[in-house]
Amino acid sequence: MENVRPLAHNRCMTPDHDHLLPSARPVVLIDSGGRPVESAGYALPPDDHLVKAYEALVVGRRVNDQAYALVRQGRLAVYPSSHGQEACQVAAAHVLQDGDWLFPTYRDTVAAVARGVDPVEALVLLKGDWHSGYDPHAHHVAPQATPLATQLPHAVGVAHAARLRGEPTVVMALCGDGATSEGDFHEALNFAAVFRTPVVFFVQNNEYAISVPLARQSVAPSLAHKGIGYGVPGERVDGNDVAALLAVLGGAVARARAGEGPQLVEAHTYRMHAHTNADDATRYRQDEEVQAWVGRDPLTRLDAFLGGRGLLTDQMRESCAGKAERIAAAMRAGLAKDVRPDPSELFAHVYSAPTPQLLEQAALVADELSREEGH
Amino acid sequence: MTRIATTPHGKLSMAQALNRALRDAMAEDESVLVFGEDVGPLGGVFRITDGLTETFGANRCFDTPLAESGIMGMAVGLAMNGMRPVVEMQFDAFAYPAFEQVVSHVAKMRNRTRGRVTLPMVIRIPYAGGIGGVEHHCDSSESYYAHTPGLHVVAPATVADAYTLLREAIASPDPVVFLEPKKLYWSKEEVEIPAGGPGIGRAVVRREGADATLIAYGPSVPVAMAAAEIAAQEGRGLQVVDVRSIVPFDDETVCRAVRSTGRAVVVAEASGFASVSSEIVARVTERCFHSLAAPIRRVAGFDIPYPPPKLEHYHLPGVDRVLDAVDDLQWEDA
Ligand SMILES: Cc1ncc(C[n+]2csc(CCOP(=O)(O)OP(=O)(O)O)c2C)c(N)n1
Ligand SMILES: [Mg+2]
Repeated sequence: MENVRPLAHNRCMTPDHDHLLPSARPVVLIDSGGRPVESAGYALPPDDHLVKAYEALVVGRRVNDQAYALVRQGRLAVYPSSHGQEACQVAAAHVLQDGDWLFPTYRDTVAAVARGVDPVEALVLLKGDWHSGYDPHAHHVAPQATPLATQLPHAVGVAHAARLRGEPTVVMALCGDGATSEGDFHEALNFAAVFRTPVVFFVQNNEYAISVPLARQSVAPSLAHKGIGYGVPGERVDGNDVAALLAVLGGAVARARAGEGPQLVEAHTYRMHAHTNADDATRYRQDEEVQAWVGRDPLTRLDAFLGGRGLLTDQMRESCAGKAERIAAAMRAGLAKDVRPDPSELFAHVYSAPTPQLLEQAALVADELSREEGH
Repeated sequence: MTRIATTPHGKLSMAQALNRALRDAMAEDESVLVFGEDVGPLGGVFRITDGLTETFGANRCFDTPLAESGIMGMAVGLAMNGMRPVVEMQFDAFAYPAFEQVVSHVAKMRNRTRGRVTLPMVIRIPYAGGIGGVEHHCDSSESYYAHTPGLHVVAPATVADAYTLLREAIASPDPVVFLEPKKLYWSKEEVEIPAGGPGIGRAVVRREGADATLIAYGPSVPVAMAAAEIAAQEGRGLQVVDVRSIVPFDDETVCRAVRSTGRAVVVAEASGFASVSSEIVARVTERCFHSLAAPIRRVAGFDIPYPPPKLEHYHLPGVDRVLDAVDDLQWEDA
C-alpha cells in the first residue's frame, strides 16, 4: 500500500478552470470525406493503429449486422445495435491495456468483442440462455449493464481498488447520452473526482434515448461540460472519426494513468438503427435525419483516408472482410445451437451455497422433470 | 389522430383499456398530467400513452429527462401543488432509482404532515414476467411496495379492471402503485366503457367452485382460471378469487371464499419468501384456521433472481404446478 499516491488537493480551488472545459468544437482528425484535419493538441495516431482499427471496424459492423439478422431469424430475443457507432466501440477498447477494465452497456457488444470477448458468449444475454455469458475476469470486461448509469459507480470502485493497491489500472466506463441524466452518472463523476480515481467516463451521444432527443436530456452547452461541476476535465470528439477517438480517448487514458484523476469524454455520433429491433423509430424521427448521417459513416471515412495514403490495399480489405465473415459464421453457428439451459442452474449461483429453501425448490423442479420424462 | 383504436369486434386489449382510462381521466380533469420516459411522441414502449400528447398537448403528457428519481420527486411536488401526476416507470426493475422517493416521500407525506399534505398520484409500472424479457425487464416488485405503509397497490387481471382500477387510482386521494401485468397487455375482452365493477379495496370471485379456492392477482389470475378449468374436467370444483387490490387487502371477500371451500392455494409470480403471497397465507390462516381442512399452499416464484428467457417457464407458476398443489391439500381426510 506504500506506493498509493496521496489525494491531491482539489483543483477546483485554483482560480483557472478553463482546463476543465472541452474544446469549442468536437475534435476531428479525419473529416467525413476521409481528409486529414488539423486539431490543436491532438495528433493522428500511428498508421498501424489506424489499420488495426480499420479491421476492428469491419468486424464490428459485421457483428452488428449479423446480430440484427439473427434477431429476425428468431435466434436472439433482441439486439440494441451500435451500427454507426462502431468507431466509438473500437476506440474504447483499443486505447486500453491488458490490465485495464471496460464497463460496457447493453449497446456495447462490439466494444466487448473488440476487447476480446467471444461474440457468441457476449450474445448469451440477448439469446436468453443466461444473463452475462462471458467471464468478466477473462478480459476485464464487466457484465453488460442494462439499468442505466448504474455501472458507473462500479467502475469508480474497480479503479479505486487498483489505485489502493498501486496498480496502474485505468477503467473505461461507457454510457449513453440519456444515461447522463441519471443520478448515478453524477455520483460516479463526483466520487471519481474526490478519490482521484483513474476512470475515463465515455459518453456515446447518439442523439437519442429510445425516442427522446438530446434536447430533452440537457440544455448544457455539451455533455462534456458536465465535468466542470465535479472538477473533471471534459472533452468532445467526433464519434465517427476513429482517429480522433483514439487520440482523445488515448490521451484521457494516459492522463488517468498518470494520476491526473478521472476524465470525461463525449463522442458525437448517431444511432443509425432503431433503439432495438422492437422499436419503431419512424414514430419519432425523420428518415432525412438518418440519411444525413450515412455520409459520416465511420468505416467509409477511414477507408477513404487509409486508401488515399496507400495504407489500405484491396488485398487488406478482402482479408478484413474475410475475418469478419468467419466471425459472422461462428456467430450463426454458435447461436444456431439450442443448448437446453439446465434448470438446476437457476438455484446454483444465487449464493455461495444454496439455502435450504433453494434446495427444496430445486428438488421440486427436478421432481417435475422426472415425472414429465416418466410420461 | 388516435393510433390506438378498438378492434372491429368491439374487443379491447388491456393496453387499449389503460389508454382509454388515461384519456378519459385527462379529458375530465385538467390537473391530470402524464409523464415519464418515452411516453410522449412514442406513446410509451408498450404504447399505453399512445396519442395522449397529440390529443392533450405536450403540457399534459410529456417526456422527461431519463431519471426515475427525478420523475418521482417532481411528481411529489406537482401533487403538492394541485396536480394529479400519473407517472410511468418504463419497466418494473427500472423503477428502483425512484425507490427512495417512493418510500421516503410518496408513502409518508400524508402521515408526516398529519394529513395536511396529500399526494394524489399514480405510479404505473409494467410488471412481472412471461414475455421472454432479458434481465431487469421482468421483476415482480409488488412486495416492496405492499410492505411500505402509505401506498395503495393494485394489479388488474382483466381488461375491464384495467380501466376501472386505473380510473379509481387516478381519482384516489392516496398514492397508488398501479401494476400492469405485461403479459396481459395484449389480452382482449369484450368490454363496455365505463367498465364498472368494484373499486380499489375489493377482491372478486372470478369463478365459483366448491372444493378449493385459488387466490391470485395480476398475471396469475389467468393461470388460476386455466387450472380451474382443467380441474373441473377432472371433477374437482376450484373457486378463483382475484385479489385485484393488494393494499388495501380485502380480508372479507378472500376469507369468505376460503371458508366456503376449506382449502386454498395462493398463486403469485413473485418470489415466495417474505412476499405478498406469504402475507395472504398468514392473514387467511389467522382468520380461517378452524375452517381449513389443510394448510394453505403457495405456488410462487422461486427465491431466485428473475431467470433468463429460456428458463423463465420453470420459475413461473404454471397450471401443472397449481394442480399439483391442489392435489396436496389432504383430500384423503375429506
Ligand atoms: C434505470 C433505467 N431506466 C430506464 C431504462 C430503459 N431504457 C433502456 S435504454 C434507454 C435509453 C437509453 O438511452 P442512452 O443512455 O442515450 O443510450 P442508448 O440506448 O442511446 O445507447 C432506456 C430509457 C433502463 N434500462 N434503465
Ligand atoms: Mg443515446
